[in-house]
Amino acid sequence: MTNVMTSNEMKRYTARVAIYVVLAIFTIVFLTPVYLVVITALKDPSTINLATTWNLPESLYFQSFGEVIEAFGPRLQNSVSLVIAATALSSVLGSLNGYVFSKWRIPGEKILFPLVLFGMFIPYQAILIPLFEFMRSVNLYGGIPGLVIIHTVYGLPITTLIFRNFYMEIPDEMLEAGAIDGADFWGLYRHVVFPLSIPGFVVVVIWQFTQIWNEFLFAVTMTNTDSQPITVGLAQLAGGEAVKWNLPMAGAIVAALPPLIIYIILGRYFIRGLLAGSIKG
Amino acid sequence: MRSRKDRLIAFLMVLPSLIAIYIFVYGFIGSAIQTSTTDWGSNPAQPPLAQNVIKSDVGLANYEGLMTDMMEFSFRNSLANTFFFTVFFVGGCLVVGLILALLLDQNIVGEGLFRTIFLFPMALSFVVTGTIWRWMLQPNGGVNILPQQLFGLEPINFGWMNSRDVILPFEWAHVPTLLTYLGMIILAFMIVNYAVKGKWRASQYGVIAIVIIGLVLLSGFWNNIWLPLDQPDMETSIAPKGFNAALIGIIIAAVWQMSGYTMAMFIAGIRGIPEELREAARVDGCSELGVYWRIVLPQLNPIILSAMIILGHISLKIFDLVFAMAGPDNAQTIVPGLLVYIEGFRENSFARASAIAVIMLFFVAIIIVPYLWSQLRDDS
Repeated sequence: MTNVMTSNEMKRYTARVAIYVVLAIFTIVFLTPVYLVVITALKDPSTINLATTWNLPESLYFQSFGEVIEAFGPRLQNSVSLVIAATALSSVLGSLNGYVFSKWRIPGEKILFPLVLFGMFIPYQAILIPLFEFMRSVNLYGGIPGLVIIHTVYGLPITTLIFRNFYMEIPDEMLEAGAIDGADFWGLYRHVVFPLSIPGFVVVVIWQFTQIWNEFLFAVTMTNTDSQPITVGLAQLAGGEAVKWNLPMAGAIVAALPPLIIYIILGRYFIRGLLAGSIKG
Repeated sequence: MRSRKDRLIAFLMVLPSLIAIYIFVYGFIGSAIQTSTTDWGSNPAQPPLAQNVIKSDVGLANYEGLMTDMMEFSFRNSLANTFFFTVFFVGGCLVVGLILALLLDQNIVGEGLFRTIFLFPMALSFVVTGTIWRWMLQPNGGVNILPQQLFGLEPINFGWMNSRDVILPFEWAHVPTLLTYLGMIILAFMIVNYAVKGKWRASQYGVIAIVIIGLVLLSGFWNNIWLPLDQPDMETSIAPKGFNAALIGIIIAAVWQMSGYTMAMFIAGIRGIPEELREAARVDGCSELGVYWRIVLPQLNPIILSAMIILGHISLKIFDLVFAMAGPDNAQTIVPGLLVYIEGFRENSFARASAIAVIMLFFVAIIIVPYLWSQLRDDS
């Protein structure tokens, strides 16, 4: 047993230390905004000033969260209803589409599928004004149901893609076997495809939930004051010039919490949804 | 085996989705293009939101206005902003993401925890990120006073989103020329690269291409098709073009949010490289750094390209982050996505907003269509 390291060991040791130091620096940089949000949200508004931005709160002040939830008012509930409805609809339809695109031949699918996918890349600004006209003409402009339809339709490309890639993994033989047993389109879906779909649904539901919860463009243009979701509430809270910063920070925490919790618990599935956006998963 | 009836059912089951996408994507795009050639919202005699508003055809006048009309300098500034935002945002995400992925590839204790930390901003909305970073970047607080708080140094004196500095200034009239130079520089790099690899034929083609482009440039071709500004001097003084320093903070926030995404892509890519390949290189006497340089990085090229395309199209569409960080009315940080919102939903200038939106779509399509095509071709 000796404490003397050879120069090679020394080099490797230094390299390891350097790697961890760099990782630690990145970690600090990535978490600095979190620190700032949390301490600011917990400060008594009268103690918040620029010079003491980085100081820990002198005493914990939780009232901001109550105030923020009051300020968000119906917007929190709006976001919840919107997200549940649009996520459920776009996931079920996506599963069905994915099943057909992966396991059934439909005429023109080589053209139809890319055309569907293109829908998830377009800047939604490009369809915003016709969408506005359309929603007004069918009397769905400005309400939650209209927003649910919008998010469902524009969610279809990604949900279809994720399910289609997912179902590609199911061997065709399993379906052929089911077909020999006399299962039809729905029978194959119910007894073969759907039971294997649970991870696919987890990925898609998480993805849609996060996307729709976080969405802002439709939220700010396709709603009226009664139907705004939480992102609009947060933007308004933080928008004024003379803001008390405890409120926007508490608001940011409230708005960020649902997707964050999902990310922390189900991160693996979240990443799969994330990577599906680059087509090949 | 599967009956005709089932095939019909299958088709009928996707039909509603296909019709919905057909209307909501392609129908609306068509309608936006059509709207962009009308005077909807700019004709004072026709209130834009009236039931029976008459929209007259004005051809490409809206586009011409966007390119030349003094009053519409915001659009041209938004294009310049998008350009610089894209370059630095994509570059930043690629560099940071690659560094993180390579660091995490070193058998790190607690790798999962680090990955979670670097990726968590992806779960936030741009509005949340923007709100947080607006507080981080307060001119007299936030990160500006950090050097003072930590080390007793002078505080940073930079206004972030309030800054009115313009770095790398250029004239709008010179844009085609500058872009041509940029293209020629890239081409020259490729020629050298091909020549080094001994691909003479490819580098010859490159030289020919450069000569042709140079001749086009010299012939003054661009001056004939590039519309001149109505009042170039006014434009330069009121709305100088260049890299607005006010964007820097927004770029930092965007990189903070999205570099975890490139990291995840790179990690997935590195995992896909067979260990035998790396082992073989080591056996051949490659150093650990050499393995990365010669084996890992070349294998990651397609992923770098994918990441550039995905991030690039996100940056062309950027809207909510700028809205939340700098506000919708900050002239220094205007981007096309925000301009569509302002023109369309505040000013009710629907035709002009549509024209901007169509231009956005055009740029996104340029990078996404070939990408989709190549991805799906490899697929089958």
